[in-house]
Amino acid sequence: MTQQERQNEPFALTRYTPDQLKDALRKMHLIRKFETAAEDSYMRGLIHGTMHLSIGQECSAVGSCMPLAASDQITSTHRGHGHCVAKGADISRMFAEFFGKETGYCKGRGGSMHIADIAKGNLGANGIVAGGIPIAVGAALSSKRLKTGKVVLCFFGDGANNEGAFHESLNMASVWDLPVVFVCENNKYGMSTSVERSTPVKNIADRAAAYAIPGVAVDGNDFNAITEAVDRAVVRARAGQGPSLIESLTYRWRGHSKSDRNRYRTKEEINIWMSRDPIDRFRSFLVEHAVLTADEASTIESKAQKEIEDAIAFAKDSPDPQVSDIGRDVYTARPQ
Amino acid sequence: MNTHAATGTRDMAEMSYSEAIRDAMDIALENDSRVILMGEDIGVYGGAFQVTGDLVQKYGKERVMDTPISELGGAGIAVGAALTGLRPIYEFQFSDFATLAMEQIVNQAAKIRYMLGGEVSVPLVMRFPAGSGTGAAAQHSQSLEAWLAHVPGLKVVMPATPSDAKGLLLAAIEDPDPVMIFEHKLLYKIKGMVRRGFFTSPIGVAEIQRSGTDVTLVATSIMVHKSLSAAEELEKIGISCEVIDLKTIRPIDCETVFSSVKKTSRLVCVYEAVKTFGIGAEISAMVAESPAFDFLDAPILRLGGADNPIPYNSKLERASVPQVDDIVSRVADLVHGKI
Repeated sequence: MTQQERQNEPFALTRYTPDQLKDALRKMHLIRKFETAAEDSYMRGLIHGTMHLSIGQECSAVGSCMPLAASDQITSTHRGHGHCVAKGADISRMFAEFFGKETGYCKGRGGSMHIADIAKGNLGANGIVAGGIPIAVGAALSSKRLKTGKVVLCFFGDGANNEGAFHESLNMASVWDLPVVFVCENNKYGMSTSVERSTPVKNIADRAAAYAIPGVAVDGNDFNAITEAVDRAVVRARAGQGPSLIESLTYRWRGHSKSDRNRYRTKEEINIWMSRDPIDRFRSFLVEHAVLTADEASTIESKAQKEIEDAIAFAKDSPDPQVSDIGRDVYTARPQ
Repeated sequence: MNTHAATGTRDMAEMSYSEAIRDAMDIALENDSRVILMGEDIGVYGGAFQVTGDLVQKYGKERVMDTPISELGGAGIAVGAALTGLRPIYEFQFSDFATLAMEQIVNQAAKIRYMLGGEVSVPLVMRFPAGSGTGAAAQHSQSLEAWLAHVPGLKVVMPATPSDAKGLLLAAIEDPDPVMIFEHKLLYKIKGMVRRGFFTSPIGVAEIQRSGTDVTLVATSIMVHKSLSAAEELEKIGISCEVIDLKTIRPIDCETVFSSVKKTSRLVCVYEAVKTFGIGAEISAMVAESPAFDFLDAPILRLGGADNPIPYNSKLERASVPQVDDIVSRVADLVHGKI
């Protein structure tokens, strides 16, 4: 391959092995199937509470986490199932948490909105819009002070970009050159309010200028675009050059939560986005570049389906927490 | 007021309340490289109340970090840092500014451990200069400790003496959970004997500062001193007061209060925060729900702050919180059966 050819090659192919790319496809399918099964469980009355599904945003989650090392950390949002899977979570423990079981990631105390996987570097989803942003900056401060070399990737949505915590956090991360990558997943709506109605700048990424950090808006449903942008930001953060803001343009197919009647957008708009399925797009890209065959891709999908079914069975069979343990872990138990 | 009377005088030093806090932070910074201080103007300025003083010279601005004026973000960064291996001590310039950071304190710091099923702890210390008496008016004089004491997952302490200011802070830094420390601004200059070097005062343990037989005064922070002064006056008219320094309001030391009430048969709660929905209500209810209730010979009395924002005018400001004279007259009325 000539130098010229190599430069024209899609980013993902220059950076990741076929196995890594296949795993990325596997994770996207897992996310889609997790969300679909979660929705189905809700419809059938198997769980209580609400949930925020990320169907349509799978590529953004997986692509953003692709440049991270296993020891790097993320903070996530109320729409966090995909981030959790992307960072390598055990689907069984995720489902168990979703079902409120003692075997879940949070022993049934957190539920959909608080799933964390500390061992894998997921510091947790968050029920408060922008709540995780300063926490990510704090984790980046720990990385810098304790010299762990970790980069922290902070996911949040377009809705969070008008919270004070967003602005305060970007400002301090920049002032202190902290190793954090801010990934704003712009799915066009904060609940029902469109970005056009809530945010005067053309791109949320433009707000990076106010904090003297790089800001770029990319197609979050394009695996190459999102991984390349995040990779650049991760390299920069790890080199001690401070934070970046990446706006990952994407779309959620489902409503904000289960109460959503989709009155603020048209069926046509939803259909257009559904016709540009990011998973199909990534799968076609991989087949086109001979990373895998169409048959292999189908096998990955059916294996993912099996993994989901096993996880649901595990979750259903798991015990509920004991009511007598209701007060456990409010405080840390200490030896007397 | 010296809680370590048994310790030899060579091991003790006289220091002010703020010096005792600084001494505790100095020891913690020296002993544990994970400890950092964060806050507004705590570096070269030395803190709005000169509590951090010159610690930045000794430990550098990486460990004594001036933050921008961003309480919500700053508090959240401290939460995230605590979650991932540091031991931050976050200073609010005034406790009133906690209102700007409530999201991170209440929704995040207090709940992360529980929400995550005990997988993590948040070893965070926050310091809140609180209280009135400085002529700073309504937005710089509040006592908001009961707000935070209402939140499971937080611990809330209110040291009244230089010794406890140091001992409770060192205990808070060692504690794996978030500890909120309310420091009354008028106490910063009071002096007392304090043990040199490292020691901790236990969180959740009250102390009887004066023994008595007629009435129990349960007080916090500066009201411990006011209650002790009132007790001196009351003794002159034949009323013997037992004064309890509560020290921690969450978790609260019920047993010390119950045993005292069983002995004296009268209970008065003295606190500076707004009386309504406050610490006094909690202590009163706690006693009313316990067997100590049967020992009561008089109504329970709450002496707390007035139901108004703290006014600027000094006469009005003084009138907004219990003073020694108020305690003396109200306790005398209680003991003499006039309430």
